[in-house]
Amino acid sequence: MELVLSPEDEAFRQEVRAFLKEKLPPDLANQSATGLRLGKDDHVRWQKILYEKGWVAANWPVEHGGTGWTAMQKHIFEDECAAAGAPPLIPFGLLMVAPVIMAFGNQAQKDRYLPRILRSDDWWCQGYSEPGSGSDLASLRTKAVRDGDHYVVNGQKTWTTLAQHADMMFTLVRTSDTGKRQEGISFLLIDMRSPGVTVQPITTMDGSQEINSVFLDDVRVPVENRIGEEGKGWTYAKYLLGHERTGIAGTGRSKAQLKRLKEIARTEMSGGQPLIEDPDFAQRIAQLELDLLSLESLVLRVLYAEKAGKGPGPEASFLKIKGTEVQQMLTELMMEAVGPYAMPFQPETFRDPQWNEEPAGPDYAAPLASVYFNWRKASIYGGSNEIQRNIIAKAVLGL
Amino acid sequence: MSFAFTEDQQLLAESADRFLADKYDFDARKAIRRGEDGWSREMWAAFAELGWLALPLPEEHGGLGGSTVDLAVLMERFGRHLVVEPFLATVVLGAEAIARAGSDEQKAAILPAVAEGGVRLAFGVNEPRARFDLHRVATTAAREGGGWTLSGHKAVVLHADAADRLILAARTAGAEDDRDGITLFLVDPQADGVTLRPYPTVDGLRGAEVLLDGVSVSEADVVGGVGAGLPVIEAVVDRAMVLLSAESVGAMAETVRLTTEYLKTRVQFGQPLSSFQVLQHRLVEMLQAKEFAHALCYRAAGAMDTTEGVERARAAAGIKAETGRAGKMIGQESIQLHGGMGMTDEMAVGHYFKRMTMIDTQFGNAAHHLRRFATLA
Repeated sequence: MELVLSPEDEAFRQEVRAFLKEKLPPDLANQSATGLRLGKDDHVRWQKILYEKGWVAANWPVEHGGTGWTAMQKHIFEDECAAAGAPPLIPFGLLMVAPVIMAFGNQAQKDRYLPRILRSDDWWCQGYSEPGSGSDLASLRTKAVRDGDHYVVNGQKTWTTLAQHADMMFTLVRTSDTGKRQEGISFLLIDMRSPGVTVQPITTMDGSQEINSVFLDDVRVPVENRIGEEGKGWTYAKYLLGHERTGIAGTGRSKAQLKRLKEIARTEMSGGQPLIEDPDFAQRIAQLELDLLSLESLVLRVLYAEKAGKGPGPEASFLKIKGTEVQQMLTELMMEAVGPYAMPFQPETFRDPQWNEEPAGPDYAAPLASVYFNWRKASIYGGSNEIQRNIIAKAVLGL
Repeated sequence: MSFAFTEDQQLLAESADRFLADKYDFDARKAIRRGEDGWSREMWAAFAELGWLALPLPEEHGGLGGSTVDLAVLMERFGRHLVVEPFLATVVLGAEAIARAGSDEQKAAILPAVAEGGVRLAFGVNEPRARFDLHRVATTAAREGGGWTLSGHKAVVLHADAADRLILAARTAGAEDDRDGITLFLVDPQADGVTLRPYPTVDGLRGAEVLLDGVSVSEADVVGGVGAGLPVIEAVVDRAMVLLSAESVGAMAETVRLTTEYLKTRVQFGQPLSSFQVLQHRLVEMLQAKEFAHALCYRAAGAMDTTEGVERARAAAGIKAETGRAGKMIGQESIQLHGGMGMTDEMAVGHYFKRMTMIDTQFGNAAHHLRRFATLA
């Protein structure tokens, strides 16, 4: 069930393919697909290549340096990048804070931040969750108190992905304790080099360190770093969450991973025949492929609605739920495919690019259990799948 | 079979609970894993002292002659505390193979020493291309003079780096997937031609690839009959699968407990998460899966000592499939219900999830054994 593309879109796909073939550095290609962790420099190097081409900001309007692509073109681009093994874009700047700055920031903020995001000069992170505020984000307690032309910020953010690399953090802070909880929240941009900012890594169960606690102790943030009005941060955050959810479906990456799963299942043997011929395993792959096809179909429908001028509505929550379920099932089947070779824990073989000793078992097997455990995060982050169901119940079913 | 535990079994359960609660909490385990061996010699000596290493061994060789149910009671406690010592490798697998098939000399030399804690064993039956098939053996043993020469590769041998003796399956006759022609050998891990490539496992245990390059062993190192190894391996592994399931059931119980406690204390939207009915029901599903697995597990444990052949194999395959399914559901749900905290290394729940996940892959996962359960009828 390949998508039938118009001649224009087909030409565009060929153009993207040719570009990737020429410009995607071979050492980056497939590095992420095979589970080898990418470093900050790898991501920045690739994003700068895309910037040179004018393709780094597919979702931005042309006036700010975006591509002006149609919904289908964006989809094709993501698909082709994932298929070629290009590093995924780090979303925090390009996909998350930039739309908020464009919609609610003042001219000075647009001039200052957007070009730097476009060139990947700044690495952004997201300061939302707190130890006491996860699903119930509006209960957040990090306090920002006005002191002349600064806010003094105190509190703790957590689960902050890749904060260890970050130059800037967009943050929800409490500027008022009176009235509705949501109305006391403001949206601040914090320079991570400010005195009083401490980043502390959190080791996850797979042994990796990509999330962090960020401690804020008397951090002085200029008032000019506030987006929009004081007390309107919740509105801006909700706008951003809608953007986060359309990208979170991740169909391009999942299609590339499905291809890889099939390759592994063709290589692995079960009962003297390739695992992919095992009827049970073949059925599970088939079900997963169907889930992915229906997911992609709904993604395209939402993208077309967006093109017709409708913002991503509550149906984005379907994409988040199904998208993450598909991602998780992919990791589960890949781990299962290698049988006992899921057991050896040899993180150096897939985290250290200099490592050249052979892992126990086939080289594709080493990261699979870690990836499986790591991806349990997907149904938790970005608004847990339970919260997405609440949104659907309320906004779609009217309950 | 009886569906109630005997007084002795209850005493064993209580003493294991007491000892492990005192000496083997989550922090103690963490310290043990960080140690040089990845497990604790001190703890091993204590296990010997408590009679746990002797529990299933025959009385004439220094053992206590315990049943599979007795052993399951202990393994369930090991699951609750995520014990990392080489108990499965030494007592459940290695010593059982010797007790079942070893010569009188082998039994006398090895079993009392296992019971006292002086000798550890590892049992290597996996191969790189065999996946979960015990009869797929490409490692060869060729006659040479009065002995044998072994060459090949045994995969993911649990705790091989802790073992004084390895018990390995090699082919003495037939094609790679013949059921006949497989022989068990005792191999000294220090012998010429043996290379161990050890590693930690994802769930905090130890394992190794065992490479054999022209390793000489004597006729006295053959365990059981030449070419008659597979029935021994299958009997040992059937029982080990039931006992791994008991360990998994213990891990399930602790996972459900930890998750329930967490939901009771975690407040969001002004109330504990445990007050949300949708989450209550998910906890109940987890608890229910654990209860059914527990019940089936002890029935299967009983069957290990009272049945043979296909009936025994079907009981073992059934419980392995059931715990694989239940362990995955309970593990995945426990992380989801913990939210971000569940993802962290500092919380115990992720470690239980990892152990339950790896138990599923040991000796064949749920899909593999469900199919066997269907076809063995």
